[in-house]
Amino acid sequence: MPEPHAPLHLAVALDGAGWHPAAWREHDARPAELLTARFWADLVAEAERGLLDLVTVEDSLSLQSAHPLEPDERTDQVRGRLDAVLTAARIAPLTRHIGLVPTAVVTHTEPFHLSKAIATLDHVSTGRAGVRVKVSARADEAAHFGRRPAPEVRIEDFDTPVGLELLADLFGEAEDYVEVLRRLWDSWEDDAEIRDVATGRFVDRDKLHHIDFEGRRFSVRGPSITPRPPQGQPIVAALAHRDEPYRLVGRSADLGFVTPRDAADARRIVAGIRAAQAAAGRAEETVHIFGDLLVFLDEDPGAAAECKARLDRRAGAVYTGDARVFTGTPAELADLLQEWQAAGLTGFRLRPGALPYDLEQITRGLVPELQRRGIFRTAYEASTLRGLLGLPRPANRYATAGAVGATAAALA
Amino acid sequence: MSKPLKQIHLAAHFPGVNNTTVWSDPAAGSHIDFQSFVHLAQTAERARFDFLFLAEGLRLREQNGEIYDLDVVGRPDTFTVLAALAAVTDRLGLAGTINSTFNEPYEVARQFASLDHLSAGRAAWNVVTSWDAFTGENFRRGGFLAQQDRYERARQFLAAAAELFDSWRGDEIVADQESGVFLREPDPGRFDHHVRQFDISGRFDVPRSPQGRPVIFQAGDSEEGREFAAEAADAIFTRHGTLEAGRAFYADVKGRLARHGRSRDELKILPGVTFVLGDTDAEARERAALIRRQQVSGQTAIRLLEQVWNRDLSAYDPDGPLPEVDPLLGEHTVAQGRASVRMHRDPLAVAAEWRALAEAGNLSIRELVIETTGRQNFIGTPARVAETLNEFVQTDAADGFILVPHLTPGGLDEFADTVVPLLQERGVFRTEYQGGTLRDHLGLAAPRAARATAPAVSGRAAN
Repeated sequence: MPEPHAPLHLAVALDGAGWHPAAWREHDARPAELLTARFWADLVAEAERGLLDLVTVEDSLSLQSAHPLEPDERTDQVRGRLDAVLTAARIAPLTRHIGLVPTAVVTHTEPFHLSKAIATLDHVSTGRAGVRVKVSARADEAAHFGRRPAPEVRIEDFDTPVGLELLADLFGEAEDYVEVLRRLWDSWEDDAEIRDVATGRFVDRDKLHHIDFEGRRFSVRGPSITPRPPQGQPIVAALAHRDEPYRLVGRSADLGFVTPRDAADARRIVAGIRAAQAAAGRAEETVHIFGDLLVFLDEDPGAAAECKARLDRRAGAVYTGDARVFTGTPAELADLLQEWQAAGLTGFRLRPGALPYDLEQITRGLVPELQRRGIFRTAYEASTLRGLLGLPRPANRYATAGAVGATAAALA
Repeated sequence: MSKPLKQIHLAAHFPGVNNTTVWSDPAAGSHIDFQSFVHLAQTAERARFDFLFLAEGLRLREQNGEIYDLDVVGRPDTFTVLAALAAVTDRLGLAGTINSTFNEPYEVARQFASLDHLSAGRAAWNVVTSWDAFTGENFRRGGFLAQQDRYERARQFLAAAAELFDSWRGDEIVADQESGVFLREPDPGRFDHHVRQFDISGRFDVPRSPQGRPVIFQAGDSEEGREFAAEAADAIFTRHGTLEAGRAFYADVKGRLARHGRSRDELKILPGVTFVLGDTDAEARERAALIRRQQVSGQTAIRLLEQVWNRDLSAYDPDGPLPEVDPLLGEHTVAQGRASVRMHRDPLAVAAEWRALAEAGNLSIRELVIETTGRQNFIGTPARVAETLNEFVQTDAADGFILVPHLTPGGLDEFADTVVPLLQERGVFRTEYQGGTLRDHLGLAAPRAARATAPAVSGRAAN
């Protein structure tokens, strides 16, 4: 349980013009620039000015849709996006401290490709990479790849045996996928590159390791093509709304994003993830649990709620999402964050209702408020994302085995 | 007056994971550190090059069942580095090799379309294929693609990607804040592609990028490769480094274009070449010889010989004579994950030729390998190299060059500082970028609209 005044961690979730479907119509929105590098660079620079731990970049393998599992044909909302990993890479050289955590779908993609992509993101950002792994239960995304049958499950079926089997399958595959990512990141020991002119050897091949993963959906031989990333293990994150993803967070992730409705809910969710973590033998490891909130902020009392009401009118519907919607002043949000922090959350991922307005309210309103309360950094204290999250650089799982092997060989 | 001077296209190849790259030199830097990529890219852009080229790795090479450790080993992810380089360059094209066997069209198309957006129109894709089960062991797809299916897969992959790129015309996004109309129409991005290799449909999620499609490269020399390039590529990355071979290749490939309804200017022929400069030609030759010795150590000579002999030759002395045993015929088992191995001609003929050479010149294994493999293409003073490059282009042996430096990251510096100004003086190389996109640099028109999907190749959907 965190101390009442323990520093909290802050992330911002970037998606299009903001999380409200009508956000693109706000006067300071830049809806025609959503596919330009400049747009993303400006947002991440603002987040970095606010000393945030990290930004996440949303992604999926289908067009945005008002329906969670199916495409739609709406013409009044933002449609079209860029690959999140490449967007993060494009921003990396322009920033120095902030963590970059793109979303990647793990259901249809290759773990070998994603592993080297995130390792490379870590190299180009000198240690600030993470990845949020996301499963896909969408039939349209399956059809985009054409390699496996489309799941035929509706949202309301998720708690039936058929739905549960699908979720178990998807999250089981995700767990295998993360295992492959992690093994590949460790498949090069840190000092594998020796450049030994005397013997003509560029690498010490004893420090490169096949990973030999055999799973139900794939097997991967390894080693990675890309040397171990600066952080050793980039951050693995997952968004979790129910038991299957809670288990994924507890077993495999460094960071979970969860969506409690209130403090009691937060307490219950945290307990569930901590239990899964302990069951996986990871009780001693730091696993962060961030609460997700969709925020409309304004210094003027009532103005944020007015903004949301205005956007709701334009959208023709009251916006509700998977995460709790907060409208209020930065000080009121700070109160809520402290209350939820006391329930066991170690940080928050804020989803700005509209960009750039609500992001600036976070960096210029909320952050100074949290600093005044002594629970947020006043300068970046580390140069890697693991450092910002208080995670040590992990030992390489193969290095020990290698050392033992070498000893055994020496004794033989 | 003769015909107008052709303009030369120039590109920089990031040094690869083979023995062309000299890692043992004191000036050799990291092949992974992003600053090495920044240095080469910014040097190329300072010299007004068309593009930077990045190869791809999908499995570490092995020889005799062990990871090959004599060359540079390891490289970063192609897409990720190119996207990051877009942040530190403004005009330079960003070209990458991406395999069509161990990827799927939807994902690759969204990555290239994204790269093209994030670089404001500078993306290029070198489409390659592979079929070996060795590389497949790292992928879901796994296994084996029969050799005759390779170009079918590549061709169908590229056609599927083109359909995805073209699924947005470019005018669908209105984003009118006043009226609340974001999209002009309800279902942009729709695609339907049913062929033997791909059975996909739905809606593509990346709106049309600045270049419409990335510039397409092809990099194979086989009959199928040439035909594939003539049909579908914007540029060919070749290996024909001599004037005669270059002219023959150039005439052959350009001659194929008309049959595909394309003009000779629509496909650029760009050999990958190496170079060594010196204040005098003699000094350049000396440097070239020294670099060759760096590139071919005794151990490397044995390993390269094994790639032809297909046998373990580790017991042989690199400073001694060639093996008396003949190459082992049949499936290549010694070296895996190495494209060049597949390109060796009849190993017995090669061995006979090499023995004759060695006998005539009294050459050791190492001397022979130095002599017969990977000699630098252009050696001389900057003036001589500039003159020779220009001769290649003006006499239709090439449209330009992809320069492969032997040192990371500074291997292009001298060329940029000395040869490029001479080409500019001759009026055959740009002094400023004229346009913003890679298509502009290469003089390529915007891609033509999507061709109708030929029903003849549809198989699976009908079943």
